[in-house]
Amino acid sequence: MTALDLTPRVGQSSTGTAGDTLALIGRCLRRSTRQLDTLLLAVMLPVMLLLMFVYVFGGAIQSGMDYVDFVVPGIVLLTAGYGASTTAVDVASDVTAGIMDRFRSMPIRATGVMTGHVVASMARNAVSTTLVIGIALLIGFDAHASVLGWVAAIGLVALYVAALTWIAVAIGVVASGPEAASGFSFAILFVPYVSSAFVPVESMPSVLESIAAWNPVTPVADTVRGLLLGTPVGSSAPAAIAWCVGLLLAGWVAAAVLFRRQR
Amino acid sequence: MTAPIIAVQGLRKSYGDVTVLDGLDLEVARGEVLALLGPNGAGKTTTVRILSTLLRPDAGTVTVAGYDVVRSPGHVRAAISLTGQFAAVDELLTGEENLRLMARLSHLGRAEARTRPAALLELFDLTEAARRPVKTYSGGMRRRLDLAASLLSRPQVLVLDEPTTGLDPRSRNDLWAVIGDAVRAGTTVLLTTQYLEEADQLADRVAVVDHGRVIADGTTSALKAGVGAAHVELTTPSGVERIETDGSVGDVRRILADVERRGLPVDSWEVRRPSLDDVFLSLTGRPAAPVQNRELQEIR
Repeated sequence: MTALDLTPRVGQSSTGTAGDTLALIGRCLRRSTRQLDTLLLAVMLPVMLLLMFVYVFGGAIQSGMDYVDFVVPGIVLLTAGYGASTTAVDVASDVTAGIMDRFRSMPIRATGVMTGHVVASMARNAVSTTLVIGIALLIGFDAHASVLGWVAAIGLVALYVAALTWIAVAIGVVASGPEAASGFSFAILFVPYVSSAFVPVESMPSVLESIAAWNPVTPVADTVRGLLLGTPVGSSAPAAIAWCVGLLLAGWVAAAVLFRRQR
Repeated sequence: MTAPIIAVQGLRKSYGDVTVLDGLDLEVARGEVLALLGPNGAGKTTTVRILSTLLRPDAGTVTVAGYDVVRSPGHVRAAISLTGQFAAVDELLTGEENLRLMARLSHLGRAEARTRPAALLELFDLTEAARRPVKTYSGGMRRRLDLAASLLSRPQVLVLDEPTTGLDPRSRNDLWAVIGDAVRAGTTVLLTTQYLEEADQLADRVAVVDHGRVIADGTTSALKAGVGAAHVELTTPSGVERIETDGSVGDVRRILADVERRGLPVDSWEVRRPSLDDVFLSLTGRPAAPVQNRELQEIR
């Protein structure tokens, strides 16, 4: 048998390294490949909604354009939002399983564990969003975007995913367990409905219209739609970026503080 | 004497109206094995969590390896390894992947990070299961993997919160053997347990914790001597009676012969050694069940 050195190591570094974060990203990517059912649901759910909106409700909705063109950006955001929000469940599972306590008692970077989850979420979303857009193109989504438009739209969706994932991470840390954390996914699924994602806000009753106008999903949806259809995006682009950056920073700070919080 | 590697003074922690730690004091020398012994809710886990920088104390000071847990948590984390009550491993990763991850996070040198996971898997009899996801492991295998993860970093202080809960006797003995090896190599161990036997097997010294304070501190033999010797426990229609014995065959025989000669109605009997209950009852001043039967008192 191999002789195993158990001599205590004195003078171990008391701070984390960038290598910690890389190792933890690797961990979460591995986890993602072993939860293909979760990834499958993250694709199936938006695809079902896409088909339902286009073929069941679409005919009755006055969007001023082909409804499939109107709704695809909304479905993309729904996919991204749902995919990001499941991170709350992953983080809450880490807490209840006790592995979070092990990480917290190690001399590693405070945000490393969270960054691992966020990067894995972005990778999963890249897969699910690509599949959803592919199916949308198959059923007649008529994108007129330039290469630059596609790049900008992908960039904004990625920013939106990052922002929601950091918020999801913070929620996962404070949630009392994975079940409670899954409530966040549920809430995130409904937020886009009261926005310009599925119907024009002007068609809503005035109370809902003002809520929708303030819903961060509205400027993001308007911008992604404009970019993909090649129509002007106007003031919605800066508003979308401001919202996403603001939410991202809030989530990131909250997650870092909560990770080291000692109750 | 050199400075203690763990020094706890006047530690206090409450949640609302509930006082969990009420001025706990503790010192552990380098290389020592100390068991915190006490019932559920005594404050053992809270103490361990404060020591491991997971919780902030309300009052009091705690230093580990010369560093204050509140002011220099990073240095404390660099000196310790925590094995909590729940196996802190990733269910979706394999045993080997778990240990490789922990090796990287422990900032081991390149060579050690490569060889150590395999060596630890072998030591804990997990080589065969190394490439299976942890979710397929039994409870005992998880605990073993958990301890392997804690030993990866060669900690100065190994903190074990009820390490053998849920383990079968064989796994328990294996675990104790490895902990013993780490101790011989110079590791300091702080463990919590509800079982005197476990403290007896592993610890040089025991601190009995009750209501958030250390109420007794000494070697296990000294603690048991304070409780009294083993006794013969007789179950009679009028209740349970206890007669002290030195535990030798001759003495037990004398007592039983006496009981038989007097024709006492005994339903069953057994020889009992002091348990945590006994130590605890004697320390908290609540007497053990009094001997009621006059004739049994005479035998005594």
